Amino acid sequence: MTQNNRLSSGGRIDRSQPLTFTFNGKQYQGFKGDTVASALLANGVDIVGRSFKYSRPRGVIAAGAEEPNAILQMGATEATQVPNVRATQQELFDGLVCQVTNGWPSAEFDVMGLVGKAGGSFMPPGFYYKTFMYPQSMWDTYEKCIRKAAGLGRSPRENDPDIYDHINQHVDVMIVGGGAAGLAAALSASRSGARVILADEQAELGGSLLHASESIDGRPASEWAAEVIAQLEACDNVQLLPRSTVNGYHDHNFLTIHQRCTDHLLDCAPIGQARQRMHRVRAKWVVLATGAHERPLVFANNDVPGCMLASAVTTYIKRYSVVPGERLVLMTTNDSAYQAAFDWAESGRFVVAIVDTRAHPGGDVIDEANRRGLKVIAGSAVIEVKGSKRVTGVSVSAINQLGDKALGPVKHLTCDTVASSGGWSPAVHLSCHTGSRPVWRDDVIGFVPGNSQQKQLTAGAINGTAALSTCLQEGFQAGREAAINAGFDTVPSISLPKVDERHIGAAMALFHIPHSKPTSRAPKQFVDFQTDVTAAGIEIATREGYESIEHVKRYTAMGFGTDQGKLGNINGMAIAAKSMNKTIPETGTTIFRPNYTPVTFGAVAGRHCGELFDPKRYSAMHSWHLKNGALFEDVGLWKRPWYFPQAGESMQESLNRECKAAREGVAILDASTLGKIDIQGKDAREFLGRIYTNAWAKLAIGKCRYGLMCGEDGMVFDDGVTACLADDHFVMTTTTGGAARVLEWLELYHQTEWPEMEVYFNTVTDQWSTMTISGPNSRKLLSELTGDIDLSRDAFKFMDWHEGTVAGVPARVFRISFTGELSFEVNVPANYGLYVWEKVFEHGAKYNLTPYGTETMHILRAEKGFIIAGQDTDGSVTPIDLGMDWCVSNQKPYSYIGKRGMNREDCLRKNRKQLVGLKTKRSDVVIPEGSQAVADPNEPVPMTMLGHITSSYYSACLGRSIAMGMIRDGFERMGQTVYYPQPDGSVIEAEICSPIFLDPKGERQNV
Amino acid sequence: MFYIYCPYCQEHREEEEFHAAGQAHIARPADPDNCTDEEWGDYLYFRKNPRGLHHEMWVHAAGCRKFFNMTRDTQSYEIKEVYKMGEQPQIVSEQDSIARGTA
Repeated sequence: MTQNNRLSSGGRIDRSQPLTFTFNGKQYQGFKGDTVASALLANGVDIVGRSFKYSRPRGVIAAGAEEPNAILQMGATEATQVPNVRATQQELFDGLVCQVTNGWPSAEFDVMGLVGKAGGSFMPPGFYYKTFMYPQSMWDTYEKCIRKAAGLGRSPRENDPDIYDHINQHVDVMIVGGGAAGLAAALSASRSGARVILADEQAELGGSLLHASESIDGRPASEWAAEVIAQLEACDNVQLLPRSTVNGYHDHNFLTIHQRCTDHLLDCAPIGQARQRMHRVRAKWVVLATGAHERPLVFANNDVPGCMLASAVTTYIKRYSVVPGERLVLMTTNDSAYQAAFDWAESGRFVVAIVDTRAHPGGDVIDEANRRGLKVIAGSAVIEVKGSKRVTGVSVSAINQLGDKALGPVKHLTCDTVASSGGWSPAVHLSCHTGSRPVWRDDVIGFVPGNSQQKQLTAGAINGTAALSTCLQEGFQAGREAAINAGFDTVPSISLPKVDERHIGAAMALFHIPHSKPTSRAPKQFVDFQTDVTAAGIEIATREGYESIEHVKRYTAMGFGTDQGKLGNINGMAIAAKSMNKTIPETGTTIFRPNYTPVTFGAVAGRHCGELFDPKRYSAMHSWHLKNGALFEDVGLWKRPWYFPQAGESMQESLNRECKAAREGVAILDASTLGKIDIQGKDAREFLGRIYTNAWAKLAIGKCRYGLMCGEDGMVFDDGVTACLADDHFVMTTTTGGAARVLEWLELYHQTEWPEMEVYFNTVTDQWSTMTISGPNSRKLLSELTGDIDLSRDAFKFMDWHEGTVAGVPARVFRISFTGELSFEVNVPANYGLYVWEKVFEHGAKYNLTPYGTETMHILRAEKGFIIAGQDTDGSVTPIDLGMDWCVSNQKPYSYIGKRGMNREDCLRKNRKQLVGLKTKRSDVVIPEGSQAVADPNEPVPMTMLGHITSSYYSACLGRSIAMGMIRDGFERMGQTVYYPQPDGSVIEAEICSPIFLDPKGERQNV
Repeated sequence: MFYIYCPYCQEHREEEEFHAAGQAHIARPADPDNCTDEEWGDYLYFRKNPRGLHHEMWVHAAGCRKFFNMTRDTQSYEIKEVYKMGEQPQIVSEQDSIARGTA
């Protein structure tokens, strides 16, 4: 197909660079500089999708971010699929592949279209709520069909091959929008030396100057823009960001800019380049120069392809050299839209008529229309469009001065394009992102930014300013003021260039064009194209009692599309206001929220994906674990060995072997990940006594003690062993996952409650490598590695620690046990960790030293009934509930953290859940963790639940499964049977017992 | 995303370096053992949720590790002041000043 609608000269496209692209499986040609939308229009493609609800054919309406219809699925391969791409913003490149998002099975013929034709009464607003809610069980089925028919785009099923970046920036003046006001602001701010960023969503900076008819200093406006851009480019303190949408304006002048770096080049970014970049900008001052969006008028069948915004017609002709039709009818309430008709006529195509809703339009444009011989029909409106897949004509009628009544007679005009303009809505979106409400101005016929907490100025059309000279003046002023406010005192002022512009006549406040039939009987008059909301729909919503504009929005879905109602919202509010006999400011607006336009997940994630999603922490022995076939478990950010399978072993076989080695020979665990906090100061001991539930006053130098830590509510939150190094020096260990939280907890109490105490905390987790050598042969093995530590039973007692050397390396050795066996915990400086570990293995070979991981550690400790804070506790468990009364002191003079909490009425009552052991009736069955306990499995649902399983394993040493769990009043129920119903309908029967399954007297660790 | 001035580091830093740590100026009762359950329950669980000025505690977790206080408008998110532990706010809401007067 040839580009029938392309003019032979003019525009900002490069005719020497033809590009081929594929739309809906068919190849088309365009030029460098085109958007997908301009190229489709050049090729005479009318239908770019089907509407959401009624499945009506839809064409391109706009030329920018506000486009509701030309929303495409883009991507040449599965991995590069991008949904919801606005064809009006996507630049064309060679080989681009896209297709319509809506329309099943095709946009040209659509089964849902028949539903749409059946008329408004078939699918009123609230239709989905009312029709598909019941029966609830059917919703899944409904949803699939509705989604498929509606077509909301799809995400790729393969991994995105592209990389995305984040960049943090700090600037003095951030300018949003690169049109007349934005460029002027950048120019004046840059002169002060302030660091400036100017971001604009379009490929080319310049905004409306690129197609403006006005001249600046006697030259075309686009030349002035080019000169200013060149000046700014030459400034070291200015960063210009085209193709960069400021998608969010957040608290304390934090803005996010979504920059599309290569989306205009290729389907997939060139190797080594980021496809998109998210700038995270903290700005001292912000200038919003975001411009305005033209409002279409709401009239019958105003969605038929060929209906467009007047300014879009101008943009396509002047920038892309594309005239999107042959015969134009223009309907307007204001002067600015006349330009579309002038441009149309200048391209040699026929302007059928300019239909002006004003009875007596009087600006300079009227004279110009007359001079050009264009027919102006005043005091009239296009009340209805004819045609289905393309406009074939319009009905024009005189209207009354209020604009709410079609007076007739109705005349028919033949045309293929209808441009409309209801005036301009300032793009207030960003100004609203942090909660500021926009303010209605009758003279602007639109909402302008309201008061803001942000350090923000506004300039240009966002203020409702129409005249170019005023936009420039506001821009210069705002840029200068922003720089001064940001602390720059020498800001030379710039003299305003001379702008040659027309005198502008008053506009008419009209949104909804009356039809000769009442709204409910007239053909559909669309307000929000993307969600198929009509004027009649809004009237129904208000009639049904939805009076708040937020309710109207939710009932009708107005503004819920990916365009967030940029075109339709103000018209919708005006219609809602009129039907409730309210003013527009009384009705108010809905709230605009980030993002301004859709942002890809890639840009949000940046490099925080895949390998870099989270930091990883490795112990010093990690390379050894890798070499020896460890499988890993994530604990916090740590990679901990889970178990060390040998060839041909199942997981359970590995665990059985590792457990037996620890109980019968010798085994070793890398415990480096446990949190370690160095505590010093003369009040350190007293501090420990206030933080832990047990006593610390008498812990002698050279001794260790286990402690429980509670919150003020008396609930256990962490535990660990603390060693006394000196009277004013302790080392605390915490759970692996709790290390950071415990340190913050200690700091909190020291800084806020007990600042008079002399005590200091520092994390030393990374400074030490810790290896736990456990089992009957552990003493023999360790004695080969140390000459200066006496390991004998009496010289080195259980819960002692000694300083000395291990494998020649300075070490702290703790005789503590989390396995219940004779056990030594060797701590060496982390830089020697791997060396010492390997030395231990050299000597350990003859004892068949077995490495074990977290899973075996869990089994061994569960055999002994030792808890894991965070697994056997959940924030609702006191030390007493755990049966750990021995770890709670009532003698301490200071009311330590948790004491008062655990003595509240609820914590003292009978019948609390308590931690007990559970033995399954069938010894080989392992109860799944989390299983709920009931007393009677035959009780009708909902059953009385007694508690749940917190830890459950198969113990090779005991030859049976073991479990720990909470049971209501468990201590009193020893020997009773409880039942654990499973999702598959089976029931596991278990007997309540002591959680200490092995060696209840603790003899094994005391050898 | 707040931009927070740490009164100890004496610099503005990004919110990512800080944690919110709840309502400020909640002193631990001097004699917990003689508190009634109700008094202890108030200390544990009852917090203000004002629309407007609020005094809260923050910690410069990824910085100096110091806790400090902040007076913040919960409606506009404006940070009115930051002040060190043990200091009193300069900016208080009308309700707060009434409460203080009668307390």
